[in-house]
Amino acid sequence: MTQAHEDPCAHCEEMMQPYLDHTLTEAERLEAEHHLDECEWCRRRYRFEESLRVYVRQVVAEPMPDELKAKLAALRIPLN
Amino acid sequence: MAETSSDATRIAAEARDRVRFEEEALGLADQVYRVARHLASSREEADDLVQETYARAFRSWRSYTPGTNLRAWLLRILTNLNIDRGRRSQRAPQTTALEANDYYLYDKLAESDGGASDEDRVVERLSQDDIVNALSAVPHDFRDVIVLVDIGDFSYQDAANILDIPIGTVMSRLHRGRRILKRELAESVLEDAS
Repeated sequence: MTQAHEDPCAHCEEMMQPYLDHTLTEAERLEAEHHLDECEWCRRRYRFEESLRVYVRQVVAEPMPDELKAKLAALRIPLN
Repeated sequence: MAETSSDATRIAAEARDRVRFEEEALGLADQVYRVARHLASSREEADDLVQETYARAFRSWRSYTPGTNLRAWLLRILTNLNIDRGRRSQRAPQTTALEANDYYLYDKLAESDGGASDEDRVVERLSQDDIVNALSAVPHDFRDVIVLVDIGDFSYQDAANILDIPIGTVMSRLHRGRRILKRELAESVLEDAS
């Protein structure tokens, strides 16, 4: 049972994170999708959030320095 | 005599298990570092934390249950060390981090861009430095969860186990933390533009 919201875009904004995390109930998911089908404004903002999440993961990835890799391997306990 | 031989077998089996453990742990080092780099405040601190984590893991390998999530086990050691290192004392006296609504960052970016641009292009206006700096400005409690879930790909349950907090707290910190991150990003972009 979905209820009408005074400001459907504000409500859609509230649902954005759980929607993208797949933690909404089925009824809430359908409600969000119904609004997104009709609302280009919210749709853009959802797409932006998706791109942002992917982008953040990509740009913060820093390869481990080789020296550190060697130091970790040297920490192994030698076999007697 | 029979006992000596069974001791030798046991010792050999244990050595094999330990080598297997060490190799498996080292195989995860890249992924551990990826998370550690942003849980720690600097590259040097991340290096130290990862080394200390592995030294401790290699010493206490027997307390790891084979077949369980080794990456989460290593990260649990790492987050505990991070806290033990006095990170808590560095925290500013319980200030409430400012968060914005979820659409705030997009609105600010689109506004300063004249609007109507493609979402992927809008994202690319954020530089690597903008993101790394904004992430490090997010208070630790929130940042830990973002780093584990959004960057380290841990499930809510794993993040809850690693940080020893309820799963509901993981979810609420994640939602609030992402909003704080977006607010920090919006501020850095507005600063760049001014």
